[in-house]
Amino acid sequence: MSGQKINHILHQKLNIPICFSETTLQKVHKIIAHYPEGKQKSALIPLLHIAQEELGGYLSVDVMDYIADLLKIQPIEVYEVATFYSQYYLDKVGKYVIEVCRTGPCAICGGEDIQDYLEEKLHIKDGETTADGLFTLKTVECLGACGYAPVMQINTEFYEHLTPAKIDIILEDLRLNATNDKHSDKTWAEKYS
Amino acid sequence: MGRKILLENSDIPNIKSFDVFRAHGGYFSVEKALKTMAPDEIIEEVKKSGLRGRGGAGFPTGLKWTFLDRKSNKPRYLVCNGDESEPGTFKDRYLMEKLPHLLIEGMICSSFALGVNTAYIYIRGEFKYLLGILNQAINEAYKNGFLGKNILGTNFSLDMYVHPGAGAYICGEETALLESLEGKRGNPRIKPPFPAVVGLYDCPTVVNNVETLANVGYIVNFGGDAYASIGLGKSTGTKLISACGNINNPGVYEIELGMSVEDFIYKEEFCGGIKDKLELKAVVPGGSSVPIVPKELILFTASGEKRLMTYESLAEGGFESGTMLGSGGFIVYDENACIVRNTWNFSRFYHHESCGQCSPCREGTGWMEKILWRIEHGHGNMKDIDLLVSIADKIEGNTICPLGDAAAWPVASAIRHFREDFIFHVQYPEIVKNIKHGALYKYENQD
Ligand SMILES: Cc1cc2nc3c(=O)[nH]c(=O)nc-3n(C[C@H](O)[C@H](O)[C@H](O)COP(=O)(O)O)c2cc1C
Ligand code: SF4
Ligand code: FES
Repeated sequence: MSGQKINHILHQKLNIPICFSETTLQKVHKIIAHYPEGKQKSALIPLLHIAQEELGGYLSVDVMDYIADLLKIQPIEVYEVATFYSQYYLDKVGKYVIEVCRTGPCAICGGEDIQDYLEEKLHIKDGETTADGLFTLKTVECLGACGYAPVMQINTEFYEHLTPAKIDIILEDLRLNATNDKHSDKTWAEKYS
Repeated sequence: MGRKILLENSDIPNIKSFDVFRAHGGYFSVEKALKTMAPDEIIEEVKKSGLRGRGGAGFPTGLKWTFLDRKSNKPRYLVCNGDESEPGTFKDRYLMEKLPHLLIEGMICSSFALGVNTAYIYIRGEFKYLLGILNQAINEAYKNGFLGKNILGTNFSLDMYVHPGAGAYICGEETALLESLEGKRGNPRIKPPFPAVVGLYDCPTVVNNVETLANVGYIVNFGGDAYASIGLGKSTGTKLISACGNINNPGVYEIELGMSVEDFIYKEEFCGGIKDKLELKAVVPGGSSVPIVPKELILFTASGEKRLMTYESLAEGGFESGTMLGSGGFIVYDENACIVRNTWNFSRFYHHESCGQCSPCREGTGWMEKILWRIEHGHGNMKDIDLLVSIADKIEGNTICPLGDAAAWPVASAIRHFREDFIFHVQYPEIVKNIKHGALYKYENQD
């Protein structure tokens, strides 16, 4: 089991405070140093990405308060931002968040059929999570990949030129991966090395 | 015709890496600029080049740079706009993914010209994969002495960082982007003051698009006149066009400005014609915000001239019969595409993305979405069509930022050019209701 996971379970069971690991904290301080003295609030958006990924999969009030503390800003300043941007989740989501593009260019290339297919296959509607907690389905606006339509992102990884057959393979793959607890992509914090 | 500036080397294996990029002439412009040119000379060359902002508005870059407040002794910032969220647009991600060093090179020259010592690249949060690519390229540039203190032994120093957003179209608007970079919600600021005077952390700031900045290396290397000799008239240079929709070859193309729209749509080396041998119905040539125009008006202007891929030609005829080059997000619709559904889709997009600060935008986009949903789903009436026009009219020009206009134009232009499609939806609700997704019908056949 990963350190983060243990951290999280401990937090839930023993109610100990939420915090980043030592390695992550080092990265966090490096990120804060990207901005001038006194402008550490600028690091808020990257830090929330890291927090969401490493501290439980969504931004609970506790997590947001921790980030406020870390950046020496008011909790409300964090809540304001967390509620504005569409990539932050304020509630528990599945291990894999499937974000299907529904905007014009994808829609005219079959994007709506892809959404229908996913809903049918996973037996969930837009915004819902499968009973096993594995998949959350979410429609999003243009992902900036319109030439490769229809497009979706799963935990910020792009999947392009989608067809039902392709989706079957992708989902099967993720199901297998889920038990290995392997991430195919680097974490937000790692992207800063 | 057909010269390339940006993507010339994009197919060279591993051009993403510093060494390969450098071996192909990369970073030469930085040496030239820092060792042989004065900052003002670079600004002069950029002015001469006629380069215009590639983010959508097409504002002359050299002129914008002269607005930067150089008298205040506050630090100055350069911010690269890599938010790229305008539906239909996916060229900047292509550039950053394939040629990260080309952007960094352009940003170093630009920073030197502007007297900037800290530069940020703002990318949309969905482009997480680019964060690693850009950071790696920036690290390489530091290691090789092109970033950091005393670059190439001169007294010019520059730090560069990448900053991700977190999902909000509005953060592409330059003042919303600055708010976001300061760790706030992306609420656009009232202008003036413009960022050139009061920008990031209230300091003078230049915000430029990725593609704009990537052109600066060429201009430094070969001079503004050389750049201006490419293209046509006031549309100098090349433009990245991201083509999508119902075409055979969707993708990113670097075109020399001035080629005909017809060639771009039908030639094999570009869009390759309409998919499945269908007829062309309409085009949105510059990202979802610009007016949609029917086949007749995208291939020819109202006065019968061939429409060209230039800022001027695409805009000819104003909003009556023209459109705009915008961001270069070129969306093509075939004869089966439902314009009403597409218009509803876009208005939902703008409603979703409105930051909510101004009532005409917040409420108006909501009403347009509702009314368009109603028409598209067979519950509309004739009055709705004029109501839409009147709402669009009331939003336009009455908001803090141009998102309001961007939401109004697609609706107004769709009704202007495709009114009969809207009327059909109102007249034949049963047919409309029974067509799944509305994408696959041809109303003449069902009449
Ligand atoms: C709603 C809205 C969204 C925008 N999105 C982008 C964008 O994603 N990328 C971009 O470069 N410019 C975008 N712009 C334009 C910027 O405000 C700004 O004009 C541009 O970044 C300036 O760079 P340029 O002069 O090099 O084009 C947007 C403008 C508006 C009003
Ligand atoms: S026009 Fe719309 S997006 Fe722009 S500031 Fe007003 S409400 Fe916000
Ligand atoms: S419309 Fe789907 S990625 Fe742009």
